[in-house]
Amino acid sequence: MGNEEAVFYSRVLTELTLSFHIIYATIGVGIPLMIMLAQWVGIKKNDEHYILLARRWARGFVITVAVGVVTGTAIGLQLSLLWPNFMELAGNVIALPLFMETFAFFFEAIFLGIYLYTWDRFENQKKHLLLLIPVAIGASFSAVFITIVNAFMNAPQGFDLVNGELININPLVAMLNPAMPTKVAHVVVTCYMTAAFVLASIAAYRLIKGSNHEYHKKALFLTMKVGFIFSVAAALIGDFSGKYLAEYQPEKLAAAEWHFETEGNAPLILYGILDGEEVKYAFKIPNALSILAHNIPSAEVIGLDQFSEDEIPPLYIHYLFDIMVTIGVWMTLLSAVYWTGIKRGWKMVSTKWFRWLIVLGGPLSMLAIEAGWWMAEVGRQPWILRGIMRVDEAATTSGHVDTMLVLFAGLYIVLGIGSVVVLRRMFRNNSVEREIEDREMEKGGDMR
Amino acid sequence: MNLEILGISVLWTFLFGYILVGAIDFGAGFFNAYSLLTGRQRILTNIIQRYLSPVWEVTNVFLVFFFVGIIGFFPKTAFYYGTTLLVPVSIGIILLAIRGSYYAFETYGARGHKGYSFMYGIAGILLPASLSIVLTISEGGFIEIVDGAPVLDYWLLFTSRLTWSIVVLSIAATLYISAVFLTWYANKARDVEATNLLRKYALVWALPTMITAGGIIFELRIHNPAHYSNIQALWPMFLISFLMFIGTVWLLWRKRSYGVAFALLTGQFLFAFFGYGASHYPYLLYPYLTIYDSFTNPAMAISLVVVFVLGLAMLIPSLYLLMRLFLFDKDYVRGKGDYHA
Repeated sequence: MGNEEAVFYSRVLTELTLSFHIIYATIGVGIPLMIMLAQWVGIKKNDEHYILLARRWARGFVITVAVGVVTGTAIGLQLSLLWPNFMELAGNVIALPLFMETFAFFFEAIFLGIYLYTWDRFENQKKHLLLLIPVAIGASFSAVFITIVNAFMNAPQGFDLVNGELININPLVAMLNPAMPTKVAHVVVTCYMTAAFVLASIAAYRLIKGSNHEYHKKALFLTMKVGFIFSVAAALIGDFSGKYLAEYQPEKLAAAEWHFETEGNAPLILYGILDGEEVKYAFKIPNALSILAHNIPSAEVIGLDQFSEDEIPPLYIHYLFDIMVTIGVWMTLLSAVYWTGIKRGWKMVSTKWFRWLIVLGGPLSMLAIEAGWWMAEVGRQPWILRGIMRVDEAATTSGHVDTMLVLFAGLYIVLGIGSVVVLRRMFRNNSVEREIEDREMEKGGDMR
Repeated sequence: MNLEILGISVLWTFLFGYILVGAIDFGAGFFNAYSLLTGRQRILTNIIQRYLSPVWEVTNVFLVFFFVGIIGFFPKTAFYYGTTLLVPVSIGIILLAIRGSYYAFETYGARGHKGYSFMYGIAGILLPASLSIVLTISEGGFIEIVDGAPVLDYWLLFTSRLTWSIVVLSIAATLYISAVFLTWYANKARDVEATNLLRKYALVWALPTMITAGGIIFELRIHNPAHYSNIQALWPMFLISFLMFIGTVWLLWRKRSYGVAFALLTGQFLFAFFGYGASHYPYLLYPYLTIYDSFTNPAMAISLVVVFVLGLAMLIPSLYLLMRLFLFDKDYVRGKGDYHA
């Protein structure tokens, strides 16, 4: 296998691993917060339904955590296995957040173990809630630290490159790079949003399938409300990300927006198809790109004409951008309508078709996460460290990457199917109705 | 002590932690699967699950900690080991993934699913073998530099007696460590039947562990004479290790003080592991990479040490809490309350 092929297969394998991992990682970051909220609401309202909600979510969460942990271990090692030259160079500058991430992970692992095995062990439910705080903090902070590493790849700083040698290294400056604030905030908030919509989708599905229990209605309302709040936050931070890109990574924004000529009053292009350099069937919102980039309708936005051909990312990232933004906006609207509908007593939000839309929302949000990551990562091409190291200089020289790709693809199929089968069986065999009955018998009927 | 030594000592300690808790974990999975096969599952499964369930994720973090730490302190290892270890470590990751997730699937999702138990039992016993390849490679002689990039000679690796002795040692030691720990744990749970069975396993695996460990030192005399002479210089550590081994076996044989037996076993591996590590000094990969020429820049090293100290300040109380609630809680160990989510 030549080096070119090794680079290609390394890219495919990394993309495969990350795409699979982020499904579980997103859930892993978002769900602890939801469990914590449910537990807290349950204590505050003295409502056993919410406590049960927390407990059942926690049970399903274990399965997703297991897959998240093992695929996370895989990508952690693959960074060195597939991109040894990159890690050798970048390790000098960016090892700090990687190291901090393992501590966050450690912290979460310890308290998750305690949390899962101390149900009903403490008389006071508040103590049990306290255990969830480190779990949620640990989960969110692993996302924060690992996203800092990724932000560094987009906006490397904190060192001087003199004759191919790194000098004057400052790990903190490397961590606090310009890409960091928007990236970290966007990742964390969209994880919360997606986890909420995934849980909403489950509750809506149970309601459609005939279980008209209070429990599911409470779950649906809580998750949609949280989902709405975080989707608004995601949109706001998305806007800041646009401004960051215009300032620091204009080629990514220009490629995502098919913005070829540097000009003022730049229109935002939605949808459409690219035919050579001609954009067809697109909606153009006048001045919107200038507003997105600089908050001023007439501001000049740098176009692709400012970059040499071998520094321009693939133009298909526009479609990914469209997918992400469309789903984001759609989910914000859907959850807003649902929330208002419940408050105002609209019948529509309890109809079957509306609930089907909510069911669809979980997978759609996950798709938006994938599309957003693909856009962010492909939009950085051809660089692995923007402006410093190209992807083809970073890859391994090993001749076995293609075989490993097949092996890992097989693994992810096995894990994907396994986790779905187990999760389904887990909840099928122990419905909410039955669990509530069981607990009533145990407790002597203090559940409403 | 300079930062290089401090860095490698910290990492070596975490690797030791992983080997110890990992061995308990892998061996337990194997014994669980084996007991299914021989119809003794009733005796062992409860004990094993009660210990493993709250800690399986923590075990995995020790490994992550080690490999992230070594890239952090010694970034050049990414270049040498990353390039050459693609195949063996990828196989290790796959086994780890199957093991970890199928453990969770079996324990939390589908209790009593035999297929899942076998999957994680077998994956667990192959894991030490696949990861121990790294130790073999670090002895040198298997990697050649071609056009400025390291290349691993698989044929040489898989036909080497050293490779196979290390593989056999890792498997035997895994089963031995696990059985001794579980004997103690079962005894604490006052589960006589499980204690007796596990004690038998511990005694069965004691001798192979010792024979292979001795064999490796002998192999090294031919393979890497410099390392062999370093080991000889550190003979008191290996002697202490051996005496502790005798102590463990004697206590198990006389059916007494299983707690002390496990402590002696920990000491045995601690001395052997650090003796081995110290004799490897200063090489990370013989003869290409020493801890000095691969060390990171001072600014990063200092910030890593600071984070490490802060991290430990957070971890140690948390680990203590975890152990107090599960390992040293009588009611939990005896299975009086199962407060599983």
